[in-house]
Amino acid sequence: MKQTARIISTYSADTFGVCSALFELGGMVVMHDASGCNSTYTTHDEPRWYDMDSMVYISGLSEMEAIMGDDEKLIGDIVAAAEDLQPKFIAIAGTPIPTMTGFDFTAVAELVEARTGIPAFGFATTGMKTYVEGAAMAFAGIARRFVKRNVEKTAHLSANILGVTPLDFSVNGSEASMKTFLEKAGFEVLSCWAMGSSLEEIAEAGRASVNLVVSSTGIEAARALKELFGTPYVVGTPIGSTFQKILVEELLEAVRTGEIPAKNRRPLMKSSLAGSEIAVIGEGVTALSLAHAIELEYERSVKILCTTECERIYLRDKDALVTCEDEIIEALQGVKMVIADPLYEPICPKNAAFIPLPAESFSGRIYRKNIPNLIAEFE
Amino acid sequence: MKRVNDPNARKLEGIRIADAKFPAPFASGLEYATPARGTWNIVHTGMLIPEAHEIFVCAASCLRGVVLTAAEMGAEERFSTVEIKEHNLYEGDLENLLIEGVCDIIEKLPKRPPAVLVYTSCVHHFAGCDLEMMYEELRNRFPDIDFTDCYMNPIMRKSGLTPDQLMRSRLYMLLKERPKKENAVAIIGNDLPTREESELLEILKAAGVKIHEITSCKTYEEYQKMAEAGLYISYNPAAAAGGEMLAKRIGGEHLYVPFSFDYDEIKAGLEKIGKRLGIEIPDFSDKKVTCERALKETCELIGKTPISIDYTYCTRPLGLAKMLLNAGFAVEKVYVDAITGEEKADFIYLQEHFPDLLLYPTVHAGMRFMAKKEKTNVLAIGQKAAYFDNTNHFVNVVEGGGMWGYDAVIHTLELMREAYLKEKDMRNLIQIKGMGCGCGGCR
Repeated sequence: MKQTARIISTYSADTFGVCSALFELGGMVVMHDASGCNSTYTTHDEPRWYDMDSMVYISGLSEMEAIMGDDEKLIGDIVAAAEDLQPKFIAIAGTPIPTMTGFDFTAVAELVEARTGIPAFGFATTGMKTYVEGAAMAFAGIARRFVKRNVEKTAHLSANILGVTPLDFSVNGSEASMKTFLEKAGFEVLSCWAMGSSLEEIAEAGRASVNLVVSSTGIEAARALKELFGTPYVVGTPIGSTFQKILVEELLEAVRTGEIPAKNRRPLMKSSLAGSEIAVIGEGVTALSLAHAIELEYERSVKILCTTECERIYLRDKDALVTCEDEIIEALQGVKMVIADPLYEPICPKNAAFIPLPAESFSGRIYRKNIPNLIAEFE
Repeated sequence: MKRVNDPNARKLEGIRIADAKFPAPFASGLEYATPARGTWNIVHTGMLIPEAHEIFVCAASCLRGVVLTAAEMGAEERFSTVEIKEHNLYEGDLENLLIEGVCDIIEKLPKRPPAVLVYTSCVHHFAGCDLEMMYEELRNRFPDIDFTDCYMNPIMRKSGLTPDQLMRSRLYMLLKERPKKENAVAIIGNDLPTREESELLEILKAAGVKIHEITSCKTYEEYQKMAEAGLYISYNPAAAAGGEMLAKRIGGEHLYVPFSFDYDEIKAGLEKIGKRLGIEIPDFSDKKVTCERALKETCELIGKTPISIDYTYCTRPLGLAKMLLNAGFAVEKVYVDAITGEEKADFIYLQEHFPDLLLYPTVHAGMRFMAKKEKTNVLAIGQKAAYFDNTNHFVNVVEGGGMWGYDAVIHTLELMREAYLKEKDMRNLIQIKGMGCGCGGCR
C-alpha cells in the first residue's frame, strides 16, 4: 500500500529543507509549528547546530491560536524576537496545521517586514513533502530577493555552486571539494549555496559566468538566476574523474554559448549501458551523477530509484520515481547490487550485494561518521 | 561556535527569583531547542511495553523525529509509519488511510505483535476524525491484537492533559482486569527503573510484596501481570493522572507520593504507603543523618563553586536549589521555563530567603546565544544547565534517574561530588536521545 512503511525511514521534510538551506546566512527561520519540529530538525537534520549560532525557532502554535486564526500572536512574537536579535532576514515556513487552516504565509511575511523593516519571506511548506521542495523554495527566494541586480559579469571564468546542504552532502568537506574541482578547472567560485558562503557573497552571484547545480535543491534557484541574469547552468554532482571532465566541458560550453548545454538538458545523463545491474536509491541529481560515474568508470549498468521530488524529464527510461516502501521493493527485484542508505537495507533483496551510502536526509545523524565525500574520494 | 549573526544582538538577562512571577516567569514567544536531548519522548516511552509495535500516522515532518528515534534505539523492527499527504486532507480520507494503513502494516509484519500502539496526530484532531470508530474497526479486524490510542498532537498541549501525561497514561491502557493480589504493588509512570536504594523499594521489599514496574517487564504477559496489583504507586507528577485512570478502569487504588528533597514530604509519602499496606514504616532517622552528613561533606568539597540546575534533572529543581542553598552551596541559576504547582511553596520560600537566585528559561529565543563560549567550571546539575554553562563538570541524569526518598538526596550529592572531581564529555553525552533507553545514538 502506498504511504505505508513497515520498516524504512522517512526523508527530511520540506519545512526542514528551508531551515537547512538558509542556516548559514544570518537570518531567522521560524517554523510555524506547535512543538517537535525544532527538536527534530536540530537533532536529526542539522549537523551544524552545535557549532554555528543560526537562529531557527518554532512559533509554538497552540490549538486556540489555530482555531481562532490568531496570526497576531505569531507576528508579535517574530517582531519581538527580531528586534532583540537583529537577523538579516526572516523566513516563515509552514507545517501541517497552518496548511489545514489556510495560513497566508506571504501576507504574514509582508506584515512582519512592514513592522520590522527586515526583509521577510513566507514559504508555504506543508511538512508533507521532502526537504528538496523546501530547500529549492528557499534558494529560489534568496535568488530573487538578495542577489544584486545590474551587476557586470566577471571578466574571467566564474561560477556559483547551487544546491548544497548537509542533507545531501553532510559536513565531510564535500562543499570544499566542489569548490576545488571548479577552481582546478579555472573557475573562480563566487558563492556556494549555501555552505561556506555568507549572504553578502551570495548577493554577488549575478556576476558569475555559469552556475553548477549539484542537487535538485538548486534547480529553481538556477532557473531564477537564468531569468534574472541570463546565467546558464549545468546540472550534475562532480563525482568520478570522467564525469568531472564531462561537467567541465559542459560548463565551458555553457559559458561560450550562454545556454544550457543540450547534453545536460534532458534526460540529465545518457546511459550507454542497457539493463540495470545496480540500483542507486536517493535524491535525483546526486544519485544520477553517481550512477553516471559508475557507468563511466566501471562499465556496469545502473538505474536510480529517485525517492525525492525530481522532474521526470531529468530521468532516463530505466530510472524510476518511487514514493513508498512497496514501490521500492518491487523496483529492486532482479538487481545484483544496491547502493543506498543503510536504513534501506531491510527491504533490499537478500541475494543482492548492499553497499551502504548513508544520507543525512534519510538516516539523519546515525551514520554521519561514515558518509563519504564522493567528490574527492570516488572509488 | 561560529558566529553567523549580528554580534550586537541583545543579550537575554536572567530574572532574580524575587522579581519572578508564578507560574510563568518568562513571556511566551518563539521557541528554541538546545542540543541537550537526554529526556525521553513518546517513542521511547511506548517501547517500554514489551513486544508491542508502534505505528505513527502523521505527516512527514512529524514522522521524521519519531522514525529516527526508533532507528537510534535500534528498534526499527517494532516501528512503522503511515504517511499523511496533502491530498488526504482535501479528500477527507484520513480515517480510511489510518485503518487501511495500519492493517497493511500488520499483515506485513514477520510476527503478529500482541499489542499495537497507534499514534494519531494534530491533523486527525483538526479534521474531526472519529478516533473511536477507527480503533473499533482495527479491533474488529484483528481481535487477537490489543490496540491502544496514543497521541502525537502537541498542538493540544495547552488543552487538557499534556502530551507527557497522556503518554504515561497510555502505557497502562492495555492492562486487562485481573483478580487482584493484595500483596502486589505496581510502580507506574516512570521511564527509568526505581533505584534499588530508594526507601520506596526498601519498605515494599521489607513488607514482602510483589513489586511490578514496567521497566523490568520482559514479556507482554509479564506486563499484563501488573494488573494483578491492588495498589498503583506513582511519584512523577505527569503519571498521576494515568494512575487515577488506571484505578478507575480496572480497579485497585492509586497513591501519588511525590519525588521530593524535603524530609517531611518524603516521610509523609512513606507513611501514606505504610497506612495503605498496613505496614510499620521504619524511623529512617539514620538516613536523615546520612543526608545531613553528605550535605556537609559535599559542601566542604565543592565550596563556593557556582552551581546551576535545570528542570530536566528532576521534577523538583527549585526544591533541590532550596536544599542546597540552605546547606551553604553556591547555587546561582535555575533553568526552568515554568514553575509547577508542586513547586509553588519552594518558589515562594526562595523568593523570601534567596532573592538573588537567577531564573533562566530554556526555550526563549534569546537562549540561542546564551551558551557560554568558553569552558567554565560551573557544577551543572542536568544536561541543559551543562550546555548553557559549557561545563564538563555536570550531573548527567534526566527525569530523576529512578531516585526517590532520602536516596534522592544522598545519591544527588554523590553524583555532585563525582561531577566536581571528574570531567565528562558533555558535548557528546548530552546529545544522546532518551538517556537510559538503550539508545546508542550514532553507529
